[in-house]
Amino acid sequence: MKRAMTLAEKILAAKAGLEAVEPGQLIDVPVDLALANDITAPIAIKIFREAGIPKVWDREKVVLVMDHFTPNKDIQSAEQVRLCREFAREQGIVHYFEGGNCGIEHVLLPERGLVVCGDIVIGADSHTCTYGALGAFATGVGSTDLAATWITGRTWFRVPETIKFVYRGKLRPWVTGKDLILHTIGDIGVDGALYKAMEFSGEVIKRLSMAERFTMANMAIEAGGKVGLIEPDRKTLNYVRKHSQREPLVFKADRKASYLEVREYDCSEIEPQVAFPHLPSNTKPISDVGHIDVDQVVIGSCTNGRLEDLALAAKIFKGRKVNPNVRAIIIPGSPAVYREALRKKYIDVFVEAGAIVSPPTCGPCLGGHMGILAKGERAVSTTNRNFVGRMGHPESEVYLASPAVAAASAILGRIASPEELGLRAEV
Amino acid sequence: MEKIRGRVWRFGDDVDTDVIIPARYLNTSDPKELAKHCMEDARPDFARKVKPGDVIVAGKNFGCGSSREHAPIAIKAAGVACVIAESFARIFYRNAFNTGLLILESPEAAREIEEGHEVEVDPEAGLIKDLTTGKTYRCQPIPPFMKELLEDGGLIPHIKKKFARVRLEEDAS
Repeated sequence: MKRAMTLAEKILAAKAGLEAVEPGQLIDVPVDLALANDITAPIAIKIFREAGIPKVWDREKVVLVMDHFTPNKDIQSAEQVRLCREFAREQGIVHYFEGGNCGIEHVLLPERGLVVCGDIVIGADSHTCTYGALGAFATGVGSTDLAATWITGRTWFRVPETIKFVYRGKLRPWVTGKDLILHTIGDIGVDGALYKAMEFSGEVIKRLSMAERFTMANMAIEAGGKVGLIEPDRKTLNYVRKHSQREPLVFKADRKASYLEVREYDCSEIEPQVAFPHLPSNTKPISDVGHIDVDQVVIGSCTNGRLEDLALAAKIFKGRKVNPNVRAIIIPGSPAVYREALRKKYIDVFVEAGAIVSPPTCGPCLGGHMGILAKGERAVSTTNRNFVGRMGHPESEVYLASPAVAAASAILGRIASPEELGLRAEV
Repeated sequence: MEKIRGRVWRFGDDVDTDVIIPARYLNTSDPKELAKHCMEDARPDFARKVKPGDVIVAGKNFGCGSSREHAPIAIKAAGVACVIAESFARIFYRNAFNTGLLILESPEAAREIEEGHEVEVDPEAGLIKDLTTGKTYRCQPIPPFMKELLEDGGLIPHIKKKFARVRLEEDAS
């Protein structure tokens, strides 16, 4: 009888053309999509040129997204983007994004239908694992591994062990996918899933929006995970069919699959979470936070820059004003998100409230531009990392939270729950 | 592969890629430029004081965070001969070998060897010797193919060299 497999094993076995795979096995697989950005692509291009190969293996499967330091923040960044642009032209890269068609890569790619269920995606960006929310085996690699795939169209993996996370019960008011993943990282630590596949499941996951599922898969890397997978369901297929012409390939974990570990969470016990400096695992429930003044709030990024995130923030900003001590920066994750937010009047709400609306960019998340922190400043951010110096000065601080907590904090000038504004979440 | 002998620089657990090379310096990929800012936010004087052949010893999950290959490139260009840690983050692990930076997993050595100690590392034998205390630790020996890859300076120079050799042999026959 065929070995019962986890979701990660099912995808890898099928793609490797094997009947079954098991953890520890080294396999060679074809890659469906290989992406890079304005920081990682220049190294890959240099390597590719040095290798002396004239053409990438498939110009429709190489994606270049100029999202990190764009609109170009300085001369050197502009030179890096120029290098990528020239390479894209020379190679005839079909999916090159810069300027007005550009968004944050992991918001943009699913929205443009470039990733579907069952794909193997590698990206020279650690948050490539976001596409696990579509049931795609997607993981971050360095520029060298990426350049090798540009040449061969293939890559090798060690089949990872899988840890299964089961979320049961009913979510409390204002608790989102972001809070679930922060709670999970707080539980297992920043290396709790090192080299492992994470499989998110349970009735709560089924009820989450696609945006919240992307948020959870996005932060698998923050626990050291290789991938963060969610089994496709009707919601996934509706999303994929709406955005892509490509046929999804749906894999499901076998019921008798063996997991390294199964962890269960009763979600009725989980409050909105805040990760304190300087690790994403340094989480506290909002009721334990105490009084912490903030200087800046950032709502956006590949973690929380989708329309649903802005809708949640707009609900809290509506009719209120940003605290005079706070700079609130809102970053729609893509041009489509921006347009929809305009149409639904969210942008009006933000500007009326005194927030700053930025073009789609990774910008402040990695301390690039568009909101850098001075020495001693504190930010509440919906991004994914709060390492030392991540958003600016080495002595600044980043607190990670959901768009709901970030928006409430912007209004009150300290880390706060929307409940303190007398708001009631829709149940 | 030659033995390494150098002074130890100690770091803790979860040394992330933003500490190894802050993103504010990623507007270039020039190894010399990156080396100037290596470990800057953890130890501002590191890049200035580190000497060729020195060794980094750290705790678990070294290199966590971003996929930026600039991280192992910066460490290598700063002159560090080897990183010894309890464990490495997944993407960094692959990037290190791909860019020709020697890394060794040895939980015991990583826990015990102290800042400023002199160490001798024999990668092929899988031996780490703390010359200050005299204690020897074992780690997985670097296998022959990986030794060649490291000696060539990383995956791409290694592949190029192999291809050149094949071509030479073809020409000769």
